Amino acid sequence: MKQWERFKNSYFLHSFKHDWVAIVCFVVLLILILLSILAPVIAPHNPYDTASTDIMNAEMPPSWMEDGNPDFVLGTDIQGRDLLSTMLYGLRLSVMIGCGAVALQAIIGIFIGMISGYMGGKVDAFLMRIADVQLSFSTLMVAIMISAIFQVAFGVGRYEQLAVPLLVLIIGLAEWPQYARTVRASVLGERNKEYVEAARVIGLSPARIRWRHILPNTMSPVLVISTIQVANAVMSEAALSFLGLGMPITKPSLGSLINSGFEYIFSGSWWITLFPGILLVVFVLVINLLGDWLRDVLNPKLYKG
Amino acid sequence: MGHLLEVKDLEVKFALRMGDLTAINGVSFTLDRGERLGLVGESGAGKSVTGFAIINLISKPGYISGGTVIFDGRDLTGLTGEGMRHIRGNLISMIFQDPMMTLNPVLTIGTQMVETLQAHMNISRKAAEKIALEKLRMVQIPSPEKRLQQYPHEFSGGMRQRIVVAIALLADPALIIADEPTTALDVTIQAEIMELLLELCESEGTGLILITHDLAVVSQVTQKIAVMYAGKVVEAGLTEDIIDNPLHPYTQGLIKALPDGRNPGTRLNQIPGVMPSLIDIPPGCSFHPRCTIRGDICRYESPVLREIPGYRNMAACHMLGLKKEPTEKDRAE
Repeated sequence: MKQWERFKNSYFLHSFKHDWVAIVCFVVLLILILLSILAPVIAPHNPYDTASTDIMNAEMPPSWMEDGNPDFVLGTDIQGRDLLSTMLYGLRLSVMIGCGAVALQAIIGIFIGMISGYMGGKVDAFLMRIADVQLSFSTLMVAIMISAIFQVAFGVGRYEQLAVPLLVLIIGLAEWPQYARTVRASVLGERNKEYVEAARVIGLSPARIRWRHILPNTMSPVLVISTIQVANAVMSEAALSFLGLGMPITKPSLGSLINSGFEYIFSGSWWITLFPGILLVVFVLVINLLGDWLRDVLNPKLYKG
Repeated sequence: MGHLLEVKDLEVKFALRMGDLTAINGVSFTLDRGERLGLVGESGAGKSVTGFAIINLISKPGYISGGTVIFDGRDLTGLTGEGMRHIRGNLISMIFQDPMMTLNPVLTIGTQMVETLQAHMNISRKAAEKIALEKLRMVQIPSPEKRLQQYPHEFSGGMRQRIVVAIALLADPALIIADEPTTALDVTIQAEIMELLLELCESEGTGLILITHDLAVVSQVTQKIAVMYAGKVVEAGLTEDIIDNPLHPYTQGLIKALPDGRNPGTRLNQIPGVMPSLIDIPPGCSFHPRCTIRGDICRYESPVLREIPGYRNMAACHMLGLKKEPTEKDRAE
């Protein structure tokens, strides 16, 4: 209750209420997330149920066009699945992979960044060079290698079942240095502050000082990059899927949906690519705008002219 | 029973590129239970380093290169890790200069106090909060129950320093090291905090090492004074002896430099020159380039802290008690 009172009077909420871009983005994001969570409930069809799809319905245009079927509001894809339902399920997968990958990045990155910044010296140099090496591989390259190896080792059938955790792992491993660098930079700034010295004088253990005293003070940049990293992870997943290295077409994410429609775009079936594309752009855009707003709020020194 | 704290020939060096730099060179003093000692000197004299050396918290590249710090019969210079953490904040606390910086901005006062207690004692949150409340009352924080839930930015500077004092008192330490505890505060608050600290040390029987460059504060609070210059103690003795009858030319200069309030509008005295950088301490007595009574011997031989015949103070100066002239001059004044 007290926390809520505190929150109600905070600058955070105040600046949120006075920024209509933030409000709109937040509402849109909330709707998209609700849609993705509730996809099994609200989607008119179940795209994973192969028995209910009919290949005869393939490439049906949206319902408002001629030849459109009111059953399929946004039309159907090449396998005759309802596009709206498939998009909702795809968004769900994208959100899941995005959040999972960012959580993995954050855990690895914060841990390594903290150790690196706090210890300094050789440990720091070693860990940061690892981060540099990791960053010099592009996400796509890492993904291509890992998924190629995986598909060979376990076969395509197993791959379809394990695609989600695998993508989380790939994107998480590829991007952790972003977190490690941010956290390290903040820790370097914080560790020489007097409150850290005071905590040492009080006799607290180094581990306690690190995780309980320094870490909370580094959280605002971490929060900001987290929003942007979620958007990045969703984009990475879409890119991988578009290249055929991500979600299989039987369980399409937004990226694989765009890819599957791409081949048919010149034969007139533009909707298979366009609608998932718009959804992806909107989703990533609102997250990025919210991240921008968050950065401005958490760093009041950064005034815009 | 021996002394509470006995610092003997303490030597701290900083390992730099050009070689080791001696920041503290053979500092010795003792402190009994409930006794209050002032460490006085200019900036860079090694006062704060001495304070940190006592609790073995010299940060790299510094290290204790010699001497002992006997606290309650144990040598602290040899302790590391767990053993030292048991001492810090529990038996010896430290108060820093700037209360704006020493409290963690993202944790409530209550959390920080409870945490300190739980680091040293095996007690529940409830019990720890009770002790915290009691200490906040001791430092005269109004409505401490409410204040416990607040963050450092919700307090004024003086209030924060009171809280820092309360945190220092939490575990009922035997010794508090206060490193310029009032420098960052304005003058009226300074007096309040100093008075509070003095009162608490007296009522709790806590020893105090007050590190400051403010002789006026030291003279009101402490019983003993050690004057430091360029990493050495140049004069030590009882407070009244040093204030009324300083022997070392540096101490005399410091006291003359104080505004005495009798002649408003006149220029203040100052000691000519600046303290030498630790990189090139002059050979012999490190004070001789600024000294008014230097002799030839000061140029090449470093004086040791010794008793001066006819006085109760100890001073490190070749020219004292040697011949009649300086002492006679002193008496004439």
